[in-house]
Amino acid sequence: MNEFLIALRSLIALTLLTGVAYPLLVTGLGQLANAEAVQGSLIKRGEQVVGSRWLAQPFQQAGYFWPRPSAGDYATVASGASNKGPTSKDLLDKIKARKADLLKAHLLPADAFVPPELLMASGSGLDPELSPAAVQFQVPRVAHARGLQPQELAALIQSATKGPQLGLLGAPRVNVLELNMALLQLEQRKFSLKQGHQHESQQ
Amino acid sequence: MSQHKSQKNNQKNSLFNRELIQQSLKEAWSKFHPRSQWQNPVMLLVSLGALLTSAAVVQEMLAGRAWGFTLQIALWLWFTAYFANFAEAVAEGRGKAQAESLRKMRSETMARRLKNGVESQVPASSLRKGDVVVCETGDVIPGDGEVSEGIASVDESAITGESAPVVRESGGDRSAVTGGTRVISDRILITITQDPGQSFLDQMIGLVEGASRQRTPNEIALNILLLTLTVVFVLAVVTLKAFAFYSEQASGLTGPSNVSVTVLVALLVCLIPTTIAALLSAIGISGMDRLLQRNVLATSGKAVEVAGDVDVLLLDKTGTITYGNRMASAFYPVAGIRTERLVEAALLASLADETPEGRSIVLLANQRYGLNLDKPAELDFVPFTAQTRMSGLGEIRKGAADAVMRYVQGLGGKIPSDLQNLVDGIARKGSTPLVVCDQQTILGLIELKDVVKTGIRERFEQLRRMGIRTIMITGDNPLTAAAIAAEAGVDDYLAEATPEAKLARIRAEQAAGHLVAMVGDGTNDAPALAQADVGVAMASGTQAAREAGNMVDLDSNPTKLIEVVEIGKQLLMTRGALTTFSIANDVAKYFAILPALFAGLYATQGQQGPLAALNLMGLATPQSAILSAVIFNALIIVFLIPLALKGVKYQPQGAVVVLRKNLFVYGLGGILAPFVGIKLIDLLLAVFHLV
Amino acid sequence: MAFSDWLQVALFILLLLAAVPILGEYMAQVYQGQKTFLSPVLGPLEMGVYAVAGVNPSDSGDWKKYTQGLLWFNALGFLFLLGLLLLQAFLPLNPQKLVPMELGVAVNTAMSFMTNTNWQAYSGESTLSYLSQMLGLGVQNFVSAATGMAVMVVLARGLAGKQIKTLGNFWVDLTRSVVYILLPLSLLLALALVSQGVVQSFSAYPSATTLEGAQQVVPLGPAASQIAIKQLGTNGGGFFGINSAHPFENPTPLSNFLQMLAILLIPAALTWTYGRLVGSLRQGIVLLAAMGVLAGSSLGLSLWAEFGSNPALGNLPFLEGKETRFGIVNSVIWSVSTTLASNGSVNAMHDSFSPLAGGLALFNMMLGEVVFGGVGAGLYGILMFVILTVFIAGLMVGRSPEYLGKKIEGAQIRMAALAVILPSAVVLLFTAMAVLLPVGLKGLNNAGPHGLSEILYAFTSMANNNGSAFGGLTVNTPFYTWLGALAMLIGRFGVILPVMVIAGQMAQKQAVPASGGTFPTDGGLFVILLVSVILIIGGLTFFPVLALGPLVEHGLMLQGKVF
Repeated sequence: MNEFLIALRSLIALTLLTGVAYPLLVTGLGQLANAEAVQGSLIKRGEQVVGSRWLAQPFQQAGYFWPRPSAGDYATVASGASNKGPTSKDLLDKIKARKADLLKAHLLPADAFVPPELLMASGSGLDPELSPAAVQFQVPRVAHARGLQPQELAALIQSATKGPQLGLLGAPRVNVLELNMALLQLEQRKFSLKQGHQHESQQ
Repeated sequence: MSQHKSQKNNQKNSLFNRELIQQSLKEAWSKFHPRSQWQNPVMLLVSLGALLTSAAVVQEMLAGRAWGFTLQIALWLWFTAYFANFAEAVAEGRGKAQAESLRKMRSETMARRLKNGVESQVPASSLRKGDVVVCETGDVIPGDGEVSEGIASVDESAITGESAPVVRESGGDRSAVTGGTRVISDRILITITQDPGQSFLDQMIGLVEGASRQRTPNEIALNILLLTLTVVFVLAVVTLKAFAFYSEQASGLTGPSNVSVTVLVALLVCLIPTTIAALLSAIGISGMDRLLQRNVLATSGKAVEVAGDVDVLLLDKTGTITYGNRMASAFYPVAGIRTERLVEAALLASLADETPEGRSIVLLANQRYGLNLDKPAELDFVPFTAQTRMSGLGEIRKGAADAVMRYVQGLGGKIPSDLQNLVDGIARKGSTPLVVCDQQTILGLIELKDVVKTGIRERFEQLRRMGIRTIMITGDNPLTAAAIAAEAGVDDYLAEATPEAKLARIRAEQAAGHLVAMVGDGTNDAPALAQADVGVAMASGTQAAREAGNMVDLDSNPTKLIEVVEIGKQLLMTRGALTTFSIANDVAKYFAILPALFAGLYATQGQQGPLAALNLMGLATPQSAILSAVIFNALIIVFLIPLALKGVKYQPQGAVVVLRKNLFVYGLGGILAPFVGIKLIDLLLAVFHLV
Repeated sequence: MAFSDWLQVALFILLLLAAVPILGEYMAQVYQGQKTFLSPVLGPLEMGVYAVAGVNPSDSGDWKKYTQGLLWFNALGFLFLLGLLLLQAFLPLNPQKLVPMELGVAVNTAMSFMTNTNWQAYSGESTLSYLSQMLGLGVQNFVSAATGMAVMVVLARGLAGKQIKTLGNFWVDLTRSVVYILLPLSLLLALALVSQGVVQSFSAYPSATTLEGAQQVVPLGPAASQIAIKQLGTNGGGFFGINSAHPFENPTPLSNFLQMLAILLIPAALTWTYGRLVGSLRQGIVLLAAMGVLAGSSLGLSLWAEFGSNPALGNLPFLEGKETRFGIVNSVIWSVSTTLASNGSVNAMHDSFSPLAGGLALFNMMLGEVVFGGVGAGLYGILMFVILTVFIAGLMVGRSPEYLGKKIEGAQIRMAALAVILPSAVVLLFTAMAVLLPVGLKGLNNAGPHGLSEILYAFTSMANNNGSAFGGLTVNTPFYTWLGALAMLIGRFGVILPVMVIAGQMAQKQAVPASGGTFPTDGGLFVILLVSVILIIGGLTFFPVLALGPLVEHGLMLQGKVF
């Protein structure tokens, strides 16, 4: 019986320590250290929250770069994966369909290469990033839709590409939402430049 | 040693004969009795499996389906169980045959029982503890007992194989007699010390016959392990039916399943550790048997096993480490005395001394100094007594240093100043000094050297490699003891050992966690023998000593202890090796049976399923694969019976070396052997169109 | 595999090994009751816990008293967590207004976290309030890990003790594990994770309007603090449903790398601690070496399999279910580490792995979670195999087997065998039951051999207290939640109880000094033997079912067959 009481009181003590004090301490220190990240690394356009840096968005318009497919349709609550096995007919059908769609959207012949990561869904369904190759693959489409030269996008992609972390960990990758934001900025710059030109010439 | 070896070989040849085999083949049937099957759950499972498949044969016959394959499986399963019974029967038979020959002579003996002064003839088997019997020249001693009156020489060759008669007398350390031995001179009264069926021999016979054989702790632990593995395999096989069912559905297979009850039983029997389970009791019995062949009787199987664990040996110096007799090796005159004078006196003092020491002094004087003298008729021989501790001739005396010094001082003589130094010097060399004096003049010393047995040093070296520490027990003083210990290469010694000191030493070693074995014969050894983990009593010793120990050496050979340890180790090693072999075998059996069961899964037309790739051995058909595995599993038991009886090869080496070797042979060999064996059987089956 | 992939593998192994002596030495100090460099800060905290709990830290009891305390503590922890899950709707810190958990799922979840399994039959972001996460799951993450460490420490004391009766004080071992080891390491890791972008917030989920105008809810919560302990305590229960693949749990390659280290850190270092506790460092290193051999082989094979391509899916690489920032190499290191270390987290979907890499993840768990294994649990688990190994090897050298000088006898073999086969028995029996019953097959997401693998994986994970999920199976049905709860209970206490008995028995034995005839358990030969025994017992038990699952699927994949 004595052990029972100690068990009860120990549970209370350790709950206060590890279930209350510890997470509050981390929250406090986190708020001090990296306030923006602990709240979800939200990205704003003006005052409008347009998403989180870490969560993929379901881009569908030809003028945006598209992230990897999501088995959960980019749902954030709750996130999910296909969990299809290596001999799954469903998965094979999905891959075929995705390939056909991509070939069509990029005006490519049936035997053209498509980066595999664009055919296969990510684990979280919210993978915010792409390899540079998968971005390059989409450049002709995006450039065409936006009326830009592919070269104009090259610098953009270059600056959005992050190398391996600490020069060692992970592979080079590009954040799709940030890239699309940069794309909008580029367009805006070009637009205001153009408007300035027009203004000048009118005068 | 060599004598024992040849004796052992003879016995082996005579024991592995047709009669034994026939007897065992018959005996094996009776072991299907549920009571004996229950003793061995793993084999019980095999019998149940055989029963189940037999029922399947009947069912198939009645249903008009093909039943040839199931019948063959059923038969081989019965064989598997039968072979296990046979292995046990052979081991028991061998032990029994040996014990029987010892018992025979006694059962025919008539005893002359003395009751209230009246002598009557009664069968030896009716004697009870406390009865007194008379034995005269030519009589066979009817049972174990103590000489309560008289002295006699006894021929113990029937039991020990040693032809020289031994003296047995009442009182003292030579009073025990063993049933079955023969009095060859004089008359003695013997008090019987065992009830019928209780004697050492009876106990031993009981142990090898299995009637009173109890499992040893180690056997119990091993059985638990085997049972655990069996449970695992029962689970794996039973659930396999479910997984197979799922897989057959998933691959669209219709019709009767490949995975029939017969096949599952076959798989189960192949996987459970039948090899070791079948041979386990044979190994234990044959361990006892090997002891018996070396003329050592053990009171329990546990004692044999513990012998393997012993890491400290207490050995008596005399007879084990040194030849019993000390030999004169040099003469040392004290200052002012010529060597010739000393040698002459020593020679004279020893002429009438018929002890080995005395004779060696004469021999040394003859050979080294060319001195040959006859006993002067006018002088009388003074014999050695326990009081004087000296012997001599006329005025000359030789004896222990302190005794002679006291004698000389008593006569008013002086002790030479260099005497003590000489005495110490000899003692330091491990020899015994004898001081020689002529009246009150001390002449010098004779060095009696303890001769260490040839080869004993190497023996101790081996023991050390096996991790066994040897302690020499001697009544000598510490100086002498140290010198002999160094020469013989023992690890430690106990000098001036009293029975109390021995007991204390054993307790100290045990307190430090060691397991101690010792040899003893005298009554005063009894407490130490009882305390030791393995106590080997000499058959020549007292009854008290024999009861205190857990083994009796009929040859009364103290060196035997080392062999006893080796037999214990061999017993454990054989168990371990066959367990490893048995488990390692399973790998190949999986590769035989699983592809046979599942090659058809997910097969496309004209092509076998992916699991056909597991058929590494390229076995002909699923049926022949399964049958081959079952046959291999049965036959391997028969093949390993000799190994179980003989024990695995044992060489005294360090643990790591031994393990590496055994792992290689029984582990790796155990994995590979069935691949070869099953393939061969499969080829044979194909040749003879058995499936 | 590219050079950079090899480099990451090498760096991972190197850093892990470098940490072993440092942390191992520190933990040895903790369990021997010595002062550590953190004592000035943490000492008062430790004393505070004793004061609230009413513990006299100098008390010491026998194994029975120790076990009694352990069982009460775990039972109460289970009930408390269950209560939280069922009542969360009426409790604070529930900004999303989540409803109470269904009873079966709640029992399963409470059992799962109490037993250090962290099997999840729910998705955190849509099911659990912040209070349930931190006060319930977070706390059990700490104390279930500490329970495992305490049992391991008792076993070490029992093995090393010379004819003693008392084995220590559960409350002290528990508290010191939490206060001196788990808490400081978690704090460090949590802050490192925050720096990488892991969320730690009590706000309600904000809503975003995407560039294309859709609405996106951004899930939040006190994640960093919980993720740190879930990895360090080999728990693995994801804060979010998709676990460590979720970018909020594991946003960068660095956060991933740190978490991988954290998963194996304590189990690996405990081998060193064990060596110290039994007075021979080599005895610990030998265990580390055996674990290393098995882990290395598993990693090598998995990498080989996963870097191949899939003929059944048009020869594509195995990228389904993997995150771009981790790539194949970090997904495989993770899958091998977590399945070995009884950490249920995933950063890529094992269900979509190649059949062999998925099968190896399965096999890793089938070995009984003894290769690294759960914190504490892995070590006491492998010691059960050590006892079996010593027994077989000891016989072969011709001596009654002994470990650390103590005789291994029938009673210990019985307990060790029980601890080894109970989880395996549960796996086989429950899986067989599931594949025969319609309720078992109902939740399958894949047909063919992969379906068998999914069910097998689920029960293997639960019965061995791993918590990793193949993913495809729907497991929130009553069949799986209740049966799974039973599997986790047996898998945890079916091992802990025999271990405690052995600790009590061994403590009272006398130690025989080693000699040339003693089989040394601290050399290379013993490593080989131990590895063989672990592989053979695991292999012989599960080879048939593995043949019908991953192996046959591998063959079918090579033939290009789909289901």
